[in-house]
Amino acid sequence: MRSLSRLTTAGVLGAAALALLTGCLGSSDKGSSGGQDANRNADAKKVELTIGSNSVKGGKSSAGATFLSDVLIPKFVADQKGKGVDVTVKFQGDGSDDEVYKQKLSLDLSNKSGPDLFQIDGIWVGEFAQAGYIKPLTDTVGDAAKVNDWDGWKQIPESVQALGSYNGQRYGVPGGTDGRVLYFNKKLFQQAGLPADWQPKSWDDIISAGQALKKLPGVTPIQINAGTAMGEATTMQGVLPLLVGTGATVNTDGKWLGNTPQLRQVLDFYHQIYSTGLGDPVLQKEAKGRDKSFAEFAANKIGILGESDYFWRSVVEPKEGVAKMADRDTAVGWALIPAMKPGSGVKGQDFVSMSGGGATVINPNTKFPQQAWELLQFMNSADMVKASLDGAAKITQRSDVNSEVLASDPMLSFIADKVLPITQFRPGLAEYPKISAALQQATADVVAGKSTDAAASAYQKAVETAAGSKDKVTSN
Amino acid sequence: MTSASAPVRGRTPARDVAGLGVGRAFGFVAPAFLLIGAFLIFPALWTIYIGITNYRLTGVEAVSPSIVGLSNYTKALNDALFHNALWLTMVFVLGSAIIGQNVLGFTLAWIMRRTRPAVRRTVEAFVLLAWILPSTVVAYLWVAFFDRDGGTLNGLLGTQGTAWLIDYPMACLVVFNTWRGTAFSMMLYSSALQAVPPSQLESARMVGASGWQTLRDVVFPHIRGHVLTNTLLISLWTANDFSPFLLTKGGPNHESETVPVYIYNVALQGGELGYSSAISFLLLIANLLVSLVYLRLLRRRS
Amino acid sequence: MRPDFVVRRIGFYVLICAITLFFAVPMLWIASAPFDASPGLGVHWPDWTLENFRKTLEHPYAMHSMVNSLLICVTTAVAVTAFAALASYALSRVRIPGRDALLYGLLLLSSVVTGTAAMVPIFVMMFQLGLIDSRFGVALVMTGGLLPAAIFILKDFVDAVPKSYEESARVFGASTGQILRDVVLPVARPGLATIMVWAFVNSWGNFLVPFLLIRSIEKQPGAVLMQTLTDEGGSVNLQVLPVFSLLFSIPVVVLYLLVNSRYGFRFHGGIKS
Repeated sequence: MRSLSRLTTAGVLGAAALALLTGCLGSSDKGSSGGQDANRNADAKKVELTIGSNSVKGGKSSAGATFLSDVLIPKFVADQKGKGVDVTVKFQGDGSDDEVYKQKLSLDLSNKSGPDLFQIDGIWVGEFAQAGYIKPLTDTVGDAAKVNDWDGWKQIPESVQALGSYNGQRYGVPGGTDGRVLYFNKKLFQQAGLPADWQPKSWDDIISAGQALKKLPGVTPIQINAGTAMGEATTMQGVLPLLVGTGATVNTDGKWLGNTPQLRQVLDFYHQIYSTGLGDPVLQKEAKGRDKSFAEFAANKIGILGESDYFWRSVVEPKEGVAKMADRDTAVGWALIPAMKPGSGVKGQDFVSMSGGGATVINPNTKFPQQAWELLQFMNSADMVKASLDGAAKITQRSDVNSEVLASDPMLSFIADKVLPITQFRPGLAEYPKISAALQQATADVVAGKSTDAAASAYQKAVETAAGSKDKVTSN
Repeated sequence: MTSASAPVRGRTPARDVAGLGVGRAFGFVAPAFLLIGAFLIFPALWTIYIGITNYRLTGVEAVSPSIVGLSNYTKALNDALFHNALWLTMVFVLGSAIIGQNVLGFTLAWIMRRTRPAVRRTVEAFVLLAWILPSTVVAYLWVAFFDRDGGTLNGLLGTQGTAWLIDYPMACLVVFNTWRGTAFSMMLYSSALQAVPPSQLESARMVGASGWQTLRDVVFPHIRGHVLTNTLLISLWTANDFSPFLLTKGGPNHESETVPVYIYNVALQGGELGYSSAISFLLLIANLLVSLVYLRLLRRRS
Repeated sequence: MRPDFVVRRIGFYVLICAITLFFAVPMLWIASAPFDASPGLGVHWPDWTLENFRKTLEHPYAMHSMVNSLLICVTTAVAVTAFAALASYALSRVRIPGRDALLYGLLLLSSVVTGTAAMVPIFVMMFQLGLIDSRFGVALVMTGGLLPAAIFILKDFVDAVPKSYEESARVFGASTGQILRDVVLPVARPGLATIMVWAFVNSWGNFLVPFLLIRSIEKQPGAVLMQTLTDEGGSVNLQVLPVFSLLFSIPVVVLYLLVNSRYGFRFHGGIKS
């Protein structure tokens, strides 16, 4: 075994070399940007900026990418030219899975590189801030008054501003937001003898509608996303809207939700749907399960589906949708998500919803912080926000724009008028993704046939690990 | 491989027949080893270092990772999901590499020896095509093949609605990887079989040996080294193969989460780079152990 | 003809047909979906159209990504083949202590390290070297990862080249350079060609390295672009993806056919124990 001893020698040598590497990690952040002058290059006549975003022409969020590179950037360049500044703005699109985009962006930021402005999901703001990758806008721009006096803030509702905030400080300007409802297929409802203006008032109402739909051949009555394969879609479209319907939130006063009665109520509801043939358990395990649920809804095979307004705008949209429904306007109904029982929802609400969205933030290591802030304001001006819609209707961050563009779309006005006032946002804390994964796992366990109690106690363990200690988890 | 430590049949030890000289020999080796050193060994050592920290890409640990010693390793030893991943990797390697690719590759090489060239070329073309197509493309081929609605397999078997990738994820991966990698074994065995003297095969036939006896007593002793080398290479490649992720993402519910997929999920979904580095190192150790077993088998001359 | 011979003949061809079908059937999708007006994941006789091709050609980055892939992979394949050939020849013909353990160790490393685990180190190193967003940098990293296996395979191949050729050339007074160029290289050419195809194919499908290191979408290779062939919401775009898969496969198939017709794509007695 001569080669073994040689490998051992090599191993020892390797361990020695390892000592040299100590300090290669995390060491780069000692020169924190706190010491940098926020007014660096403020008077530069030649400016270069890069906007990063997880969107790409011809792919994910293609419209967003097209707007940024073909409308916003030329307009901003022209605007700056008028002020005698020669700006070059580059668009750095990506278009991959969100998790992968996040890691790639983090690698850039941890090396003090990366785009000058970039778009991130609202729930990443906390962990990026903790890692020092982003700073409060007032720090980066250097002048609190300059940031706070921006007239755009007045148009962005407080709750939506939370998307770009962490610990009560603004880190970025939020983009548009969304809201979740229960969609239902009116054609199937008619066949099952259910009303076209269906509005369930409790979870039991959902179940009884499901039982009526179950009599139709080849129809899956209810699709509430579950399982790990759907990722965050399970948490946002399923667990969290149900959870707020029990009066609990995933993080209350700094404590994460553990194995509580409310969690078990949510899991029981899942159990009720997936063990009695009201839902399709196999679909929840498929890697492309969510896409498939869209296709099935469009093919009149799903009765009730919990989704965000994205489903209406981009999935069953008759012309460009992923799963087009030519008769969307007449065939698709929507209803508020009921609390478990009337009044049992968070803040005593009868109806509940969850919302998400992204924010655009400034890289603290940008060479041109002042110009980046100017671009950020420009980007979120009423004109640009309206232009970004390119004629389509979508819920934007700005109330003034919303009231103008949503009028023609009953569904989106419904979201803006009825859903946003009662909605909740996820906490932008670093532990959130792991808690979310644990929630997904708990639903996966229930759908796979585990008992609610077993799934809930496994969840409790996962949350304790994720939160770091028992004290940071509620349970009883 | 072994020629330095043990003289292998019919092979003379290395001789500098072209008059290269040690100096030029180092010059020849240098560019390759520089690249390997920079892009393989250096990152590898660094990975080992990350493995003893609690480094993450975001959050507090991104700014100030601290050395946590071996706690990532003790965590791995008690991690049910890691055990699950190790077990699945073993099933995957055994089923698709050691058995699947080996047996199918040898069978192809054996039965193709005296087939008409046209037949041989056609069959080989398909087998090789499966090997050279880009993995991203291949993943879609198989997702379509196994699809629950309208997938080719359900069409062929008349089993509409069977979600193969969900009901039988590991079996699907084994079949997939056998399909994907058989070409290498086939080519290697084809060339190995040319080394079996035809006269010996002829005499085996004369004494009335059965096909199986011929394989065992005449063919196998000649290609023993090839079998082991082939098995080693394809086992290593399979154990570290990432393509299961493209088919099942490790699901449903971790049922097909082999170690490379687990590492990816820990690193990207969970962001725990320290822990994922530690698991990678454990995977490396496992690979090393397997290789040592092969080396021993290779040494033992029967 | 004896009946059992006939039976065996039939059995033999049934076996061959079964194996061929096993390899061919999964590929049907890529032959039908690109031409289908309503492409899905299932295979069915297409409702013929070339509309999908038009859409793919109109994609802002699709064709350009092929050029990037070619740039990266040709560089990688040539570098791997050249460096592995030099190294394996020297390792085969000149005694270097610890050679075998070294080769094994590197082979092991290369199979593990190129994955997710080394993501951070490779990124940080390339960042320090200023090779982020560089196609050349991507090729370098891939070359480093593929070299050990290439040397491993090629060395066995060179070991099998009879030394008597070189010896006799030397007897006739040929210089080292002449021997390498006129004696060793021609004999080794099929093996080199095989390794080159192998390196090309491996780098062609590699997603992680270019994804990690490339920033401008104009420099992305096809393997990365393929992950972005989705619609607005991130679901797979079934109009563009099958066509792109088909087009993306053509270079590797052409390369294989070229090498196969010139040298015969096989290991020619290479890879021995």
